Amino acid sequence: MRPLTEEESKAVFTKLANYIGKNLVHLIDRPDETYCFRLHKDRVFYVSESSMRLAISVARPNLISLGTCFGKFSKSGKFKLHITALDHMAQYAKFKVWIKPNGEMPFLYGNHVLKAHLGRITEDTPEHQGVVVYSMNDVPLGFGVTARATIDTRKLDPTSIIVFHQADVGEYLRDEDTLF
Amino acid sequence: MVQGDLDSDDEPEDDEPLRGAPQEFDFDSDEDDGAGPILSTARISKQARPATIVPSNSDEDSSDSDEGGKITMANIEARSRALDEAAAAGAEIDAQELRQAALEASDDDIDMEEEDIDGELRLPTVTEREEEKNKGGPDVHTVQQRMKHCVRVLGNFKKRAEKGRLRHEYTEQLISDIASYYGYNEFLAEKLFQLFSVAEAIEFFEANEVPRPVTIRTNTLRTRRRDLAQALINRGVNLEPIGKWTNVGLQIFESSVPVGATPEYLAGHYMLQAASSFLPVIALSPQPNERVLDMASAPGGKATHIAALLQNTGVVFANDANKARTKSLTANVHRLGCKNVVVCSYDGREFPKVMGGFDRVLLDAPCSGTGVISKDSSVKVNKSERDFTLLSHLQKQLILCAIDSVSPESKTGGYLVYSTCSVTVDENEAVVDYALRKRPNVTLVDTGLPFGREGFTKYRGKVFNPSIGLTRRFYPHAHNMDGFFVAKFKIGKRSKSKTISEVNDVQMTVASAESGDEIGFDPNEDKVYIEKAKRRQMKAKGLRPPPREKE
Repeated sequence: MRPLTEEESKAVFTKLANYIGKNLVHLIDRPDETYCFRLHKDRVFYVSESSMRLAISVARPNLISLGTCFGKFSKSGKFKLHITALDHMAQYAKFKVWIKPNGEMPFLYGNHVLKAHLGRITEDTPEHQGVVVYSMNDVPLGFGVTARATIDTRKLDPTSIIVFHQADVGEYLRDEDTLF
Repeated sequence: MVQGDLDSDDEPEDDEPLRGAPQEFDFDSDEDDGAGPILSTARISKQARPATIVPSNSDEDSSDSDEGGKITMANIEARSRALDEAAAAGAEIDAQELRQAALEASDDDIDMEEEDIDGELRLPTVTEREEEKNKGGPDVHTVQQRMKHCVRVLGNFKKRAEKGRLRHEYTEQLISDIASYYGYNEFLAEKLFQLFSVAEAIEFFEANEVPRPVTIRTNTLRTRRRDLAQALINRGVNLEPIGKWTNVGLQIFESSVPVGATPEYLAGHYMLQAASSFLPVIALSPQPNERVLDMASAPGGKATHIAALLQNTGVVFANDANKARTKSLTANVHRLGCKNVVVCSYDGREFPKVMGGFDRVLLDAPCSGTGVISKDSSVKVNKSERDFTLLSHLQKQLILCAIDSVSPESKTGGYLVYSTCSVTVDENEAVVDYALRKRPNVTLVDTGLPFGREGFTKYRGKVFNPSIGLTRRFYPHAHNMDGFFVAKFKIGKRSKSKTISEVNDVQMTVASAESGDEIGFDPNEDKVYIEKAKRRQMKAKGLRPPPREKE
């Protein structure tokens, strides 16, 4: 477990900023407690400082996880966000997409969001913008990237893709072995 | 932020199919279907008959209403009150008579049966049993009959036993029949049989054949039970609160969707968890801002429950010795949104060395699983005496480590909860008794659970610490949940040793005795080592050694 290097934090923050924009500040400056990012076995954890100090006592091979896992670095140094970061992203997301109940299960099986399943979308969402996907009763289900800007979606046919799937909560079941 | 509504007009029709017909959600309705305690067939048959007997003077009561003249507006209230009283009195008499009749009838009943059975059924002798075994065992029907017979005889041995036969012959026969009928190995059948009275033992074995109801725990970090219940009902799940003792549990009767894969489950609104797994956490009752350790936590049902009770403050150390199982533990921790959990993978016995000073520790020890036979029936055959010895040894080591990990100076806590999903005494009371003997600074306290049976203070000639009555046992046949055991300890400050002066005296005498020798043994040289060893020993016993003497 160690703090992130300059490059690593840059990679993590640019990725996160794609979804939560300037709200990124709120992750660092929290009113309740200081939180920090820590790297452990290629994974990035977001954890309160008090928890982190206690977890220092745990030896490296025995430490499995602490706080919330945000994602992992690939071997080539790219950062990939995991579904486990959804909680914090959903809290500060700038652009949101709501899907209808009949679209929930297809999305949770790892499919893209189609126009037919789209319930609501934040106005003025640009193209290729990171968005958090919610069900109609505001339960965060995952995140992805918009395929079209909001204005363009109106003309599309029902089967066209609106949001490219990146991660969904179904991965807790599907990818339990590789995710952690 | 502004949200635009795209095609909102076609929304209602699309919502329709999943919503389904709204089902009425009733929190107060009785939970008889499936939830009630399971009666063994033997019991039911005994009770069924007397119920049909009509109390002899019930007709007198009904005639009351005919007398008494006309009903007027003036006397209507008085009359109705009188009628109510009469009805109440009548009901009481009826109930008494029914009870009486039931008693008599059950006696008659049995006597009658005895006549029927005695002709054909009698206890086989040792040689006959041998023969039977060689023939490949008796058929199921005979075994069942014989079990009933044995239970009845053992219920009132003096009256019903065959002349010249001993009690242990009957018990032996019954145990071997139980083993063959329910498919246990003889060792385990005997071990479990000895825990209960004869009739109750049969109920216990019977209950192990029936699956326990599926239960879920609401994740209070994400939702409330009422909202979750409504959401699941809309998906076609039939459910109800478990009981009054928990406000987060729901019991599922039937479901048209897989409960382990609904969007609510994936979003971490609930956890699939046996009802018995709530108990140790309720007993632990962690308070916000505490440091809590769960020593054997996979797959994380209890650890996440603790985190939810802490409301994501403080810190929970979720440990599990098995690294492969920590994957599902981590997945559950993240899914349920617990942000204060540190997952680590140590052997629990290393624990005070890794880290101590916890406010509360939960030790849900690895056990034989004799309480969850309905879930995993392989226990019936694969447990031998050696397994029990090894397990209880491990449990004793773990409980001492757990005690040492608790900080006695903790302002809010200083508690340890020990639990197992086993019903045998050597994994439960014996371990607790061992801990109490080894650590004098530890006492048992009330678990705070409103139900459950008291732990055994005596068992087959072993006498345990009398405070073990404060521990709680749970049985499948009595509480309709897995067999379980919960004990709660308060860890006090280590007492200063009382025997400093004694210790010194002994040392002096030894020293004086040895000093006469000419071999060149210098007691002063060893004094340091002796002192060190003594201090270590005292520490191990939970006593605080006296401060080191300065030279």
